[in-house]
Amino acid sequence: MSVAPAQVQRPDLDQDADLDLPWVTIVWNDPVNLMVYVTYVFRTVFGYGKPKAEKLMLDVHHKGRAVVSSGAREAMERDAETLHGYGLWATVSHDS
Amino acid sequence: MTSTGCELRPEADVEDDVAGFRASGGGATARFAAAQAAIIRSLVSQVAELVGGESMPPAPAEPPGPAPDASDQATLQAMAAQFSVAEAAELPDDPILARLLPDAYADDVKASGEFRRYTEIGLRSGKVAAAQTVLDTLPASGGRIRLSATDAQAWLRALNDVRLSLGVILGVTDDFDDTVRSIGADDPRAAYIGVYQWLAYLQESLVEALL
Repeated sequence: MSVAPAQVQRPDLDQDADLDLPWVTIVWNDPVNLMVYVTYVFRTVFGYGKPKAEKLMLDVHHKGRAVVSSGAREAMERDAETLHGYGLWATVSHDS
Repeated sequence: MTSTGCELRPEADVEDDVAGFRASGGGATARFAAAQAAIIRSLVSQVAELVGGESMPPAPAEPPGPAPDASDQATLQAMAAQFSVAEAAELPDDPILARLLPDAYADDVKASGEFRRYTEIGLRSGKVAAAQTVLDTLPASGGRIRLSATDAQAWLRALNDVRLSLGVILGVTDDFDDTVRSIGADDPRAAYIGVYQWLAYLQESLVEALL
């Protein structure tokens, strides 16, 4: 399920504001995974088109890491688990 | 990340058992010499044994049973398996396992442990299953093989796990030439360098066959 966008005002939920911040899945660069394989995994796992998958792959390659998905914590953990299955180095973190 | 260099690409007219994979009916096909099949089967098996290990209990969710009879080998194995599941809340000591089963939280040991508790059995069995697909579809004698799209996916993951493992053994860094230079010709690991590069080429050809 998707999370409410940040710009939506929800004053009644101030105390739980934390819970509304999306979590993210991050993929980290590593020297072994092939660039074409990483692009392929992004396309296969997330259904991203070739341009988006390649941009994310290049971000990982040049910047050392890239946010590849965002949403609820449970969904991000599922994404990380799937990416670990493909041998990518993925972590989950709170997008704060 | 890395890419296979052009120098790894064989000439078009070379015998096709070094030509890697090409697309075939939604899947992929390739021809392997017996020696090549032996290398792949051996490496894939080793990774499967490492990943499968003792952390593949038949019934991981069962609570501990009654005190074991010391002579009951099966019970002891089950206990050992449960012990290793409990231990699995921490990053594995083995550097290869640590790479294949990484922490899911960069700075949160507790959350990583929780994640590991819920996912590690499945991750391990998925990797073992991918390895088994390779063993099931690649005869020890080699020859031409044809992979369905599903089998090819398993091959990609299994080849990648082997490459990640070799990467740990070889100490691969962003500059592969540096890595090669750091391993002398008399280093027993030197033999793996060519295999590592060949598997990269093979994996890349399989990705391209599936696109």
